[in-house]
Amino acid sequence: MSETVAVATPETNQSQDSVESCLNVNDLSLYYGDSQALADINLGIATKKVTAFIGPSGCGKSTLLRCFNRMNDLIDDVRITGSIEFEGSDIYESRVDVAELRRSIGMVFQRPNPFPKSIYENVAYGLRIQGERSTAVIDERVEWALKSAALWEEVKDRLKDSALGLSGGQQQRLVIARAIAIKPSVLLLDEPASALDPISTLKIEELIHQLKDDYTIAIVTHNMQQAARVSDYTAFLYLGEMVEYGQTDDIFRNPREKRTEDYITGRYG
Amino acid sequence: MSANKSTGFFRGWFASGEPWIWMNAAAVGVSVSAVVGIVLLIAVKGLAHFWPADVAKISFEDKNGQQQLVFGELIELDDLPVKQFLESGGNPNWVTEGDPRMQRWLVKTGNRKTNPPDFRWIYVNQINNTETPGGVIVLERVEWGNAYGVPKTLTVGRENPQTITGEALMPTLLERLARGDTIREEIHSLEGGAMNAINVGLERLRLQMRQINRTLPVDEAALAEALTERSQLNAQYNDLEKQLREFYRQLDQDQLIILDAQGSEISLRLADVLRIWQPNNMNALEKIAEYVGNLWLFLSEDPREANTEGGVFPAIFGTVLMVLLMSVMVTPFGVIAAVYLREYAKQGPLVRSIRIAVNNLAGVPSIVYGVFGLGFFVYFLGGNIDQLFFTDALPSPTFGTPGLIWASLTLALLTVPVVIVSTEEGLTRIPRNLREGSMALGATQAETLFKVILPMASPAILTGVILAVARAAGEVAPLMLVGVVKLAPTLPVDGTFPYLHLDRKFMHLGFHIYDVGFQSPNVEAARPLVYATSLLLVILIVGLNLTAIRLRGRLERLYRGVES
Repeated sequence: MSETVAVATPETNQSQDSVESCLNVNDLSLYYGDSQALADINLGIATKKVTAFIGPSGCGKSTLLRCFNRMNDLIDDVRITGSIEFEGSDIYESRVDVAELRRSIGMVFQRPNPFPKSIYENVAYGLRIQGERSTAVIDERVEWALKSAALWEEVKDRLKDSALGLSGGQQQRLVIARAIAIKPSVLLLDEPASALDPISTLKIEELIHQLKDDYTIAIVTHNMQQAARVSDYTAFLYLGEMVEYGQTDDIFRNPREKRTEDYITGRYG
Repeated sequence: MSANKSTGFFRGWFASGEPWIWMNAAAVGVSVSAVVGIVLLIAVKGLAHFWPADVAKISFEDKNGQQQLVFGELIELDDLPVKQFLESGGNPNWVTEGDPRMQRWLVKTGNRKTNPPDFRWIYVNQINNTETPGGVIVLERVEWGNAYGVPKTLTVGRENPQTITGEALMPTLLERLARGDTIREEIHSLEGGAMNAINVGLERLRLQMRQINRTLPVDEAALAEALTERSQLNAQYNDLEKQLREFYRQLDQDQLIILDAQGSEISLRLADVLRIWQPNNMNALEKIAEYVGNLWLFLSEDPREANTEGGVFPAIFGTVLMVLLMSVMVTPFGVIAAVYLREYAKQGPLVRSIRIAVNNLAGVPSIVYGVFGLGFFVYFLGGNIDQLFFTDALPSPTFGTPGLIWASLTLALLTVPVVIVSTEEGLTRIPRNLREGSMALGATQAETLFKVILPMASPAILTGVILAVARAAGEVAPLMLVGVVKLAPTLPVDGTFPYLHLDRKFMHLGFHIYDVGFQSPNVEAARPLVYATSLLLVILIVGLNLTAIRLRGRLERLYRGVES
């Protein structure tokens, strides 16, 4: 318990103040029915940085990520205690408009999930949901989002084609474009490259590098090299507890916890 | 040793699974040949009816040993055991020695009025001679079925009659028939158009006057106005009636005399004759043209003569309209119910039991729905609608009587489980990550439903509608209670406001088959029509299904590859 509190904010070489937290998790516990999936998580996610969550399968890293945009609300029998602060207020307060929250905190899932619509309509979806009707505005935003997701050059001539005709890697970048088209401030990436081939994975990682200038990014991955390559901060979760949280270099070079070291060196998971 | 070997072989054969494949293939084979067989049977029997068969002149010996001569179409050759023939009092002279069966022809001899019956069985051994003489005409009449004979004279005009014989007879006959068609069309448009409009107006006035008389104090001015309007309408109606009588007088100008096979004269009003043809003088091409024409008339005409003559157009129209209305009602209802059960309701014992109940509803016998429809829709709903909105017309019911709307509603109720079940299956198959993808973009559950889920579930919804249509179009039992009649005087759609008359009774192909086949006074004349109507019903259902399947195919292509 005391350990987790001690690592509530990433320890950096700079002074604490210069790291601004965008999301603050306080004593977060989550239960699926009677079984506890997350236990007393405390951490802050730094603004416009990439924070990676690593850990063996079933450790709760995806569950934690899904807490940030209240995606777990969709699952029956989920109970959450503690709080997550975003822009100064708890996102689990009852007066929070969940749809509004999800517009600010976008999410990309493990498997590419484009809608069975055209490429254009996929990216425009979020805007249309918000009630945007002007074609000019939507055109411009679609182009911008596709460019930001490094997909524009590949699809600009076939925007009206079905998104389902794209390759897996292209689909995943399309989904990222779809997420950033509504200009969220935070992007949650749930193992975004795990279903992709190495080249597509590389492209996604390059994209994450570019995007972190503008977005706060939280990424779940079970690929430690990937975490090391793309993230500024890393949190290691094990069996629903957060074991260690700090700058990525520190975690990988000199982990303070034995469990972290064991995991990183491949002793389990 | 060899026995052992063969058991070993059989065991091995069984173990290989081969017998299963054979059994499955055999089951499929039996099913397919059963379906093909049924369709072929009704197609052959039904379609043969429209062929303009040659008219034979048959001379035969009747029961009393008298020589008879008739014109007739040889419809079908049949046989029966000699024993049965003799037991029913048949003439032993007609039996061929050593032949255990008696061959006989069913002959359509027509001329029901002068020389009944119009269908008769003639034993092959009775027949002395048959020939197909040229010049015999077949006359399709408004009443009394077909007439067969050789035309002798045509008397044109009433005031100064002109008798035509010989060469000029046939051309004049055809010309006068064409004239008759034109007049009949005029009569039809007059009755259906202007006169119908006046009748509707008079009925409206009658209700209006009842209304005025009931609200006290009676508004005398309005009443007077209505009365003037009524007398105007009546005057108009009388004028039209005069026109109509004139048309009928014009129509009934000519008298045709034909000679039957015995050579006796039959006198016919040409006004009663609809069409004539001379099958013995036609070549194959002309016969095919006549055949196609007959088929078209069957599809496009109103029925006559207790449904044993004429066409089935009102029944086709009624069936299609009823099925379409049913689909329009059942689809939204079923989809909404399925969406609630699958997307919104908390899954638990209650929802599970509702689902079981819905599934079981599909198994309730359809006549039960008919009774429910009659009790609830017709008497309760319809009766109350009449009380509230059609008070003036009471005691004659408007909606409180079987009609199109209630039949469609009853069938919608009957088929709603099918739509619910297949829509639910479609909703279940949509991957969770698509819902999450939409929600993660800030869409609410309803927005996700309308923009992502329902479009993707549309093929499954259509599957449900296809099944519903197939079931509804073939259903007869409940319809007999809630709106189908043997003969509907008017179509449920016409030119008078509100154009679609949901309160009217209608005709239906399924019921038509039952009526023609089992309620008809003329079994032989009706039999081919039963087959033809059955074929038509099958084609109609297949057609409706194919349309929906095509639509579904298109939607499926749109969403292909999502469900992986």
